[in-house]
Amino acid sequence: MPPILDISELRKSYSDGFEALKGVSLQIEAGEIIALLGPNGAGKTTLISTVCGITTATSGTVAVGGYDIIRDFRAARSMIGLVPQEINLEPFEKVINTVRFSRGLFGRAPDDAALERILRQLSLWDKRNNQIRELSGGMKRRVLIAKALSHEPRLLFLDEPTAGVDVELRKDMWEIVEGLKADGVTIVLTTHYIEEAEAIADRVGVIAKGELLLVEDKESLMARMGQKQLDVQLSEPLADVPKALHKYNLTLCDNNRTLTYSYDTRAERTGITKLLSDVSAAGLVLRDVVTRQSSLEDIFVGLVHDDKEGAQ
Amino acid sequence: MNWTAIRAIYLFEMARFFRTLAQSLISPVLSTSLYFVVFGAAIGSRIQEIEGVSYGSFIVPGLIMLSVITQAISNASFGIYFPKFIGTIYELLSAPVNFLEIVAGYVGAAATKALFIGVIILITAFFFVDVQIAHPLAMVAFLLLTCLSFALLGFIIGIWAGNFEQLQLVPLLVVTPLVFLGGSFYSISMLPPAWQTISYFNPVVYLISGFRWAFFGTADVPIGLSLLAIAGFTTVCLLVIGWIFKTGWRIRQ
Repeated sequence: MPPILDISELRKSYSDGFEALKGVSLQIEAGEIIALLGPNGAGKTTLISTVCGITTATSGTVAVGGYDIIRDFRAARSMIGLVPQEINLEPFEKVINTVRFSRGLFGRAPDDAALERILRQLSLWDKRNNQIRELSGGMKRRVLIAKALSHEPRLLFLDEPTAGVDVELRKDMWEIVEGLKADGVTIVLTTHYIEEAEAIADRVGVIAKGELLLVEDKESLMARMGQKQLDVQLSEPLADVPKALHKYNLTLCDNNRTLTYSYDTRAERTGITKLLSDVSAAGLVLRDVVTRQSSLEDIFVGLVHDDKEGAQ
Repeated sequence: MNWTAIRAIYLFEMARFFRTLAQSLISPVLSTSLYFVVFGAAIGSRIQEIEGVSYGSFIVPGLIMLSVITQAISNASFGIYFPKFIGTIYELLSAPVNFLEIVAGYVGAAATKALFIGVIILITAFFFVDVQIAHPLAMVAFLLLTCLSFALLGFIIGIWAGNFEQLQLVPLLVVTPLVFLGGSFYSISMLPPAWQTISYFNPVVYLISGFRWAFFGTADVPIGLSLLAIAGFTTVCLLVIGWIFKTGWRIRQ
């Protein structure tokens, strides 16, 4: 079975010479949630727009469910739902009509039962006869999702779905995404909220300056690249790190009451047992020991930072 | 053909028309009634018959054309410009539809609206003047072709326009003068020879002449030439729209 999305060497250059995508390749299997992380202007929206047919690629190929987006554009686009970043909706139209329009536009026969299910899933059923302009920002975003789901796509693009929305609505959105995944929809979401990717994605791709720096399973990415830290909390503050512990490159923090040790989870030996033994031998009394793992944000910042340095 | 998509676009556009039905109808009916009062009753009574037709009746085909052309252009241009303006065009561009289907939906709806207005004006005319239709089928055919071809032109203007001012520019500066100078209110044969020659370069002359022939059986130019002109105009518009979608001019980056 072909991947639901197969992007190969995709490039997009504009007439002013700006290269928005520099040979992006990406395969996505059906049923997964992939988060594309990247700073503003990284090429996330251009990538989505090109796959969806809004922007024309300069070179490269894209296939959706095995269908080329140019040659078999009807079959390919029928499988795609797109929730754009901006709230683009006709203000005077009723919710139900705009969703009905989207379903028809994608060539699906009218099916009010299907639309009711989607609107109920998104808590929009009670608002179905309201004009779009009467809805709150969060509700409008749900309408965009309902429109994208109206033709029952297999691949859903969410372009920064929670940009500018409050925390509560963001959590709601995550639940919606989980629900869609349970229904078998493959989801590609772009975001620059690291916590969003961390909370809901199966895989994470990092994109910067038109290049896909990596795509990896979220857990293994964090395990592979994550630095872990061990905080050794002491009963009494120290004036300085004892000489016997210098080899561990410890840092003293928390008013000199905590010794922090950084170690690599990939290393064969982390050195924790020896460290604790040496701490005890140095006569220090422990109050507590805590480990912390770097967040996706730390990894992301590190990657983008490295990329910037490499470019210089 | 994706008929479901065409139907969806068509119904969505028609819903906009029916949402503002009162505004859509009151304005053309009122302005046409004023034309009949001023040109038909007040001034028309002092103008002798033209080609055996009273002046009030003579201007009916021209008035219908004036409204139909204006409505076809404004409805079609607004219909495609509005999604561009508010950003909903993303949905059209990402849908499994080709340009012919998009055009069929938008232009079909705009042409229907213009046709609707044309029929309303014709009905209004019956209240003011004596209207005879010599060739009803030809009248319907001319009306349909005019609605369609100028809706195509409107669609091109809507794609081209970058703001609301530009959306009004072509209808105001080009179309209205062409319609007024195209013999809406007079016969081309009433003009001095030099102006007659110049008028034959105005494509609207052929439409109004053909349409008037359908009513009264007399025309400024042969009916075949009128049909040829409108067919040529429609083809040119279709070719331009085909090029727009092929290149993505002003719609796709």
